[in-house]
Amino acid sequence: MEILPRIADELQRGEDEEVRSLTESALEQSLEAATILEEALIAGMQVVGDRFRVHEIFLPEVLLAARAMNAGLAVLEPHLGKADVPSRGKIVIGTVQGDLHDIGKNLVGIMLSGAGFEVIDLGKDVSPEKFVNTARETGANVIGMSALLTTTMPTMRKVVELLKAEGLDGSVRTLVGGAPVTEEYAREIGADGYGFDAASAVERVKALME
Amino acid sequence: MRPFMERVRSGPVLIGDGAMGSFLMEHGLKPGDCPEAFNLSRPEVLRDVASRYFEAGAEIVQTNTFGGSALKLEAYGVDDNTERINRAAALAVREVVGHRAYVSGSCGPCGRVLEPYGDAALDDVRESFQRQMNALVEAGVDVLCIETMTDLNEAKLALEAARSVSTDVPIMATMTFDATPRGFYTIMGVDVPSAAEGLRDAGADVVGSNCGNGIERMVAIAREFRACTDGPMIIQSNAGLPELIDGRVTYNETPGFMAEHARELLELGVEVIGGCCGTTPEHTRALKRALRASPS
Repeated sequence: MEILPRIADELQRGEDEEVRSLTESALEQSLEAATILEEALIAGMQVVGDRFRVHEIFLPEVLLAARAMNAGLAVLEPHLGKADVPSRGKIVIGTVQGDLHDIGKNLVGIMLSGAGFEVIDLGKDVSPEKFVNTARETGANVIGMSALLTTTMPTMRKVVELLKAEGLDGSVRTLVGGAPVTEEYAREIGADGYGFDAASAVERVKALME
Repeated sequence: MRPFMERVRSGPVLIGDGAMGSFLMEHGLKPGDCPEAFNLSRPEVLRDVASRYFEAGAEIVQTNTFGGSALKLEAYGVDDNTERINRAAALAVREVVGHRAYVSGSCGPCGRVLEPYGDAALDDVRESFQRQMNALVEAGVDVLCIETMTDLNEAKLALEAARSVSTDVPIMATMTFDATPRGFYTIMGVDVPSAAEGLRDAGADVVGSNCGNGIERMVAIAREFRACTDGPMIIQSNAGLPELIDGRVTYNETPGFMAEHARELLELGVEVIGGCCGTTPEHTRALKRALRASPS
């Protein structure tokens, strides 16, 4: 097997050591870092995301694949010039204020990084101001918000309203998700998109970027 | 009151209580507050909730300790109070029900992903549960209920912890499944046969499922469990999936609807039947009426 599909394959199996050493070999074979990123790491993560979405694999496999991807990324990073990083866009993510549940949000972060987005993860218990200020300061294209508690969902609306108040609602789009959040709720609060799960969040971000 | 497991085995079906969080919010729990902090600051609220479920006919009343493991409390910076928080919850329920109902010590997930997939060390998770369970057992709960688990390894660590603090406290253990096109799986990929076998082998006296997607799917899950075990089972269903109506979160399964479908659980020989998210004392009352129609 050629080296790029092999890396993608090992990544899917969560073999971080294999991914690390194969990525090094690929660089030694004079393959471009950007090519390795795109055709091995991102391609491999794409398959992982697709299989997760149809429940062929579950959270443990995704987490191991993400670790393997990061092992490969660490090798590539010094070789990735700013210019040849295929920046698909920048997204600020976080669990909304009052909510300390971050497993779902982390998974979304993994999937987005795996799809080639630059992810700025603000962690959990994030205030509306922090979401909006970070988006402005970093020039992010999208804010992704997560909530597990029905009681913290209203914070999402505050972020949407704050963006509007600051005149950023045209340049920064919003995406919401989390167990109690629905498509209807997203519409009701004026969010630009809703992600049913981590895998579909990636599709929605791509759509918002277009 | 007979010992818990003796009562489970002899029947009739035992009726468990319902949701807790909605009551706490009614009493001023704010988003971002630690629900278990109420145990120290507002024990009268716990007594109120316990008495409403007890009066509705619940024979098992749970403690407000779902997030009472040390690791989970650490997220709110109150893990130093783990023992006091759990003890207060158990005593509050006991004060209300005396020995007319069983006090069940609720133990939910630690909220972290365990090694090797995440960063929570197995020893830390076990110790976190031990601190919680030791306090619950010392405060005199009749049974421990390890619930809403999605990771079988975490459930097994919790069972290990329970057995390490007491060799004889009865333990119920339930997992939460999603309906996928390929059948029921937890988000961590555990199917019902693996759960039934894994929980039993790790020492659970009663196994089953809680939370989830509503009573109809719970019946299907119970059927799968029953195909794997002749042992005692517990099912505690949500009142459907949360829906947002006029900005308020509501669960759409009425007490009557849930009770009607719960009869199918009875036919499957489920020994313990109760409610989870979205259920109310009215659900408890309806379950009791429907499932215990014949004199017990």
